[in-house]
Amino acid sequence: MPGNFATASDVIRFLPEIILAVMGTLLMILDPLLHRRSSNAFGHLSILALAGALGGAIYAYLNGGPAFGGMLMVDGFATFFGVLVIVAGILTILPSYRFLARQGAETSEYHALLLFSVAGQCLMVAANDLIMVFIGLEISSISSYILAGYLREDKRANEASLKYFLLGSFATAFFLYGVALIYGSTGTINLAGVNVVLSGPGAPSLVFVGVAAALMFVGLGFKVSAAPFQVWTPDVYQGAPTPISAFLSAGPKAAAFAVFLRIFTTAFAPIGHGWEPLVWASALLSMTIGNFAALQQSNIKRMLAYSSIAHAGYVLVALTARSEVGTAAAMFYLAAYAFMNIGAFAVVSHLSGKGERYQNIEDFSGLAQKQPLAAAMFSIFLLSLIGVPLTGGFFGKFYIFKAALESHLVWLTVLGLLNSAVAAYYYLRILVMMYMREPAEATEAVEPLSPGLRLALIVPAIGTLFLGIFPNWVLDFAGKSSVLLK
Amino acid sequence: MLIDTVLFYIFAALVLGGGILTITRRNAVHSAMWLIVSLLGVAGLYLQQQAEFLFAVQIVLYVGGIMVLFLFVIMLVNLDQAARERQFNRHWFVALVAVAAVGAEIGYFIYRGRTGFHIAELGAPIAAPHALGNTEMLADTLFSEYLLPFEIASLLLLVAVVGAVVMAKKRIQ
Repeated sequence: MPGNFATASDVIRFLPEIILAVMGTLLMILDPLLHRRSSNAFGHLSILALAGALGGAIYAYLNGGPAFGGMLMVDGFATFFGVLVIVAGILTILPSYRFLARQGAETSEYHALLLFSVAGQCLMVAANDLIMVFIGLEISSISSYILAGYLREDKRANEASLKYFLLGSFATAFFLYGVALIYGSTGTINLAGVNVVLSGPGAPSLVFVGVAAALMFVGLGFKVSAAPFQVWTPDVYQGAPTPISAFLSAGPKAAAFAVFLRIFTTAFAPIGHGWEPLVWASALLSMTIGNFAALQQSNIKRMLAYSSIAHAGYVLVALTARSEVGTAAAMFYLAAYAFMNIGAFAVVSHLSGKGERYQNIEDFSGLAQKQPLAAAMFSIFLLSLIGVPLTGGFFGKFYIFKAALESHLVWLTVLGLLNSAVAAYYYLRILVMMYMREPAEATEAVEPLSPGLRLALIVPAIGTLFLGIFPNWVLDFAGKSSVLLK
Repeated sequence: MLIDTVLFYIFAALVLGGGILTITRRNAVHSAMWLIVSLLGVAGLYLQQQAEFLFAVQIVLYVGGIMVLFLFVIMLVNLDQAARERQFNRHWFVALVAVAAVGAEIGYFIYRGRTGFHIAELGAPIAAPHALGNTEMLADTLFSEYLLPFEIASLLLLVAVVGAVVMAKKRIQ
């Protein structure tokens, strides 16, 4: 079929990625012109680009369908996660203004790489073909490796970046090996095509497909920091610039989960009974390791990293349910988690000071006296991470465990609920520090909230509360999209 | 048919012999040279499969480009010093066991899954003279069905290049 190039509808469905890629490149071209005048210009332009991409994503959704001969599938599922990663990008840039100024590290590359990373994630979530998944994953990952080590003078950032890069490359190799085996045994890398081959007569030997699914599980498990592939998470989250830690825990993680859901519930649906025990074990292990390790942390970024491992475990519970309700619950949870975690990291970024000196939990003592707004917002995020009613975290957990019960995963539900009770302890400890202690050195030295940071705290807080009070708005959309998924 | 078989064994011997010599030579430059031989053997195998494009890419990219880079790096290393250093390959017994285990695993998988892969059958020769050559067909697929992955890979390369420059050169303050 020669001459079958992109059509207009292909381009419309590809709009968000085009906007992000073009603007990212433009930022680097404009660097010499803009740098003299105002260092904030890069941030403003990136937010403009992401807002444009947001509009593009919605426009693409209204004209949805497959694009580029089935390489991409712009459906509700893709749009849900596309909007989520774009919003995560915006919420990462807001606290970055102050953070980069404090470290004296405002450059166009930071913002360009962030835009490219979001573009990669948009590709991942819409990908309907394993080769697109792979390329999107790599664009997103390589940008993240660089961003994690962005403060080159910092030893910890170097360590974080190198560890993340080496282990990440291994994980990608595992994923690619799985893709190769799938192609070898089914003759296709289109997700729907794989499903057809696996459920049809003359399906290839389960040994090959099982090995392939396991290899892809290793690769994706690494990206979502699920146990036993979680070891990199604390070091990277601690060493990376704080806004980037926030980004890593929201954007790439949500996108990797989207790929996880799409591959395992479409392509590998016919062998679901085979991979269910694997995901079951990984879910339990992630929750337990994450929560119990978080109990012992004194560094707040490490603590949030372990908590992010535990939360990956909760989402895996939803995946184990292998139902549309479970998929919708996972989507809702990832949205709620993105808001509350980015917000929490924004507070940490605000308090950490020059050279990120203040990262200990003790450094939060007495924050409520000095900056009641920051403390109040942080409390909302922490309560949501615990899963207290009226916050998004509560309904996230509620829907996940409900889906698990409907799929008769009683033990996993019980163990998961026990786990969330353990988690309450280490989140509440910070609340006690903020409200019941006298101000310490860090809280005395804290600078006033900048407008960008104020927005970076208030918007996620509103998002968290909105999801907690009107969960149905988002859940309905997620439910509709999870049906389209099949 | 006979000449095909003979050629196959010659190329296979080049691949395997080159590979073994690559990892057993003490001198890094010699290893690099034997690696070239091995890669040339692979190129020959591609040609036998009538994959002319892969053959050309293998020669230009691997034998030409990547090997030159290898040699550049090797020249930056003090070779005499390296040759005198204690080598890493002391644990040959452990290595042998590991290789045997991996070999057994792969053999088992191929045995169990041979129905999945169509490697055992010889297969009828594909309708011999193609209307289009191998390279044309590849280009056709690449620019129609796989247009998007092909183009978007450039974004991936851009990210990698920018990242390398940021990591290596950029002065932050």
